[in-house]
Amino acid sequence: MALTGLEIYKLLPQTNCKECSFPTCLAFAMKLAAKQAELKACPYVSEESKAKLEAASAPPIRLVEIAGDDGKLAVGNETVLFRHEKTFFHRPGLFLRVKDSLPAEEIKKQVAAADAFKADYVGIPLTLDGYAIEAASGDPAAFAGAVKAVRAASKKPLILLTSKPDVAKAWLEAASGTRPLLHAADASNWEAMAEVAKAAKVPLVARAETLDDLATLTQSLTKAGLEDLVLDPGVKGPKDSLEKLTTLRRLAIKKNFRPLGFPIITFPGAGGKADDVLLAAEHIAKYAGFIVLDTFDPASLYGLLVLRQNIYTDPQKPIQVQPGMYEINNPKDDSPVLVTTNFSITYFAIANEVEGSGWPAWLVVTDAEGMSVLTAWAAGKFDSERIAKAVKTVGVEGKVKHRKVIIPGHVAVLSGELEGDLPGWTIMVGPREAVDIGAFLKAMWVN
Amino acid sequence: MAVEIPKEKWSGTVREVTLGATREQGGTRTRTLTVGGETAMPHHAFEGSFPHPPALALEVRDRKPTDWSPLLLQAWGAAMDDPAAWAKAAEQAGAELIFLTLSATLADGKANTAANARAVVRKVLEATGLPLAVIGPGQAEIDNELIVAAAEEGKGERLLIGTCEDKNYRTIVAGALANDHVVQSKTPMDVNLSKQLVILIHDMGLPLERIIMDPTTGALGYGIEYGYSVMERLRLAALQGDSMTQQPLIVTPGEEGWKVKEAKVGEGVPAAWGDWNRRALNWEALTANALIYAGADIIVLRHPETLRRLRGVVDALMAA
Repeated sequence: MALTGLEIYKLLPQTNCKECSFPTCLAFAMKLAAKQAELKACPYVSEESKAKLEAASAPPIRLVEIAGDDGKLAVGNETVLFRHEKTFFHRPGLFLRVKDSLPAEEIKKQVAAADAFKADYVGIPLTLDGYAIEAASGDPAAFAGAVKAVRAASKKPLILLTSKPDVAKAWLEAASGTRPLLHAADASNWEAMAEVAKAAKVPLVARAETLDDLATLTQSLTKAGLEDLVLDPGVKGPKDSLEKLTTLRRLAIKKNFRPLGFPIITFPGAGGKADDVLLAAEHIAKYAGFIVLDTFDPASLYGLLVLRQNIYTDPQKPIQVQPGMYEINNPKDDSPVLVTTNFSITYFAIANEVEGSGWPAWLVVTDAEGMSVLTAWAAGKFDSERIAKAVKTVGVEGKVKHRKVIIPGHVAVLSGELEGDLPGWTIMVGPREAVDIGAFLKAMWVN
Repeated sequence: MAVEIPKEKWSGTVREVTLGATREQGGTRTRTLTVGGETAMPHHAFEGSFPHPPALALEVRDRKPTDWSPLLLQAWGAAMDDPAAWAKAAEQAGAELIFLTLSATLADGKANTAANARAVVRKVLEATGLPLAVIGPGQAEIDNELIVAAAEEGKGERLLIGTCEDKNYRTIVAGALANDHVVQSKTPMDVNLSKQLVILIHDMGLPLERIIMDPTTGALGYGIEYGYSVMERLRLAALQGDSMTQQPLIVTPGEEGWKVKEAKVGEGVPAAWGDWNRRALNWEALTANALIYAGADIIVLRHPETLRRLRGVVDALMAA
């Protein structure tokens, strides 16, 4: 957690020598706290103070990066408990579990199918983040073979699930050239696992059932020289997950508690009884960094990936949709033309209502800088000129044989001016609320 | 090492609101439903008390809807032809509240009438002993006509009635005052508007124990994050002691979830979306599930299978 100016001041020489170019040490401390100056500007700060200040400026949750043959994933470095306080920065990775006990050909087939998954969400491609290979067989050779099989089918990052140091070593060779996550060190094997992880320079998961044991373990691993750690608190079900993951996030962010300031890995399908899709969803919203799924089902994966996208959207910057022309229900040359703004919620509200009503329509989305109709109108971002420009440039004139355009009821006042800006077009004033669009079209749209 | 677990203590509590009235209380319900009473952020049972689980409601319409997904038509079958049969089926499916929504029009396309609203409310009250919500189609004039009639018909039953919105709340609140009901105070995803409408409704003389806030729900992929964060902020404000934000929250993931393409249709969508039935059920369930963690007190669903799945989550969260 960041130190205050006064806390920093106590660690400075307090001689007011001005060599940092600030008039006093206190002024320099204030600038440091505001991140407007760098500590190296002070030639006299003690090594001890320097170490303390550097430690304090480290993020409360360490950023841990893994990499496959192609593609990286970094998680951690979060700063808030609730997304509205700032934003959630690093989306948790969704991994699919693959067992090494399957024949190599079967592994390749499964991974290739999952790797081909790609859905589009408002122009953002959604895919799995990688594979968690489980040493179910206990045979180092089988495990190495499985790693090779997965790498043959996918270039995405890997998580290696084994608690046996010798198996982990065999993986080391098979996965060389990538940076996987090794899972896991526990109270019984940590020294050997730490050595393996250290030699391979890969991040290591620390696993323990209680937070006390987990903190003890991470301290041992830190002393052994490992910096990139991930926590597996062995969560079971929705309630245990919420308590442990919330507590871990709080300890890191509010208490700057270093032993537990690492990203978290969860296995929503382990433990049996819980609905694994809904538990994975909880882990997305509440604080997991890596989530290992037991099954590949596009019907649940797509929803989970969209949820992750939504929760990790920056609340200060709402999603805007691309301005342009959108086709709804396969419109023809006699279908209505509707105009709205590019605020995502506005767009979704209109698109949904039109779609639900069954009416084919052309939806012209103007660039209103991501504002809703009334806000954009009040701010001058959704005026006659902008609407006319959009209608003229999106190519709708070539798509319809009529010349009628429907504007939102909230900007009825624009219709006169718009008739001037769009010569030849009839301006129709639509309903104020999206929910009334179906009824409006039914009553007013006559060809 | 012993880790000192940080706990948060709050000064505020979410208000308890009770729906439904038994015979002794002047109604005919066989059971009542109380929600609210939380003293910590959603389901942080390790540092607060949660006297009532989030309630799971099922939506029932006054007539078979023409625009619902075929998957929902399959799930409810012939029960949808009669609101009384539908309400019974919803009770059997495990609903704790029947969320009856009235359509703007009758089956013949003419405007819905007060007489029809009364008849439907009467039928549903007779078909089930569960508490009942009666919600208008969301158009001010029709809402006022239908809901006032429904409020009179259900006098003493402690219904949840709505929709109260900033432009149209007076008539419905008056109906609640005259007939001893609770109102749904709905605002479009904004903390201050939520609070303001509660103040306006309360100023008319309705006790705060009879107001439930509807912060407006966005479906997964269609704005869920706005409602989610508004709910978290409302709950934080409530726990910090801001009295006018301490109302329980009702959300409608059933309606929103089933409106979107991902749930509604099975053809002409990308193959990457997977099996339609499972995807559609996930869409409703994922929307509802996220809102449980944001503080939802009443969750209105449409599919019985979603209710079953959410029941598992709620039971797990409330387990001792």
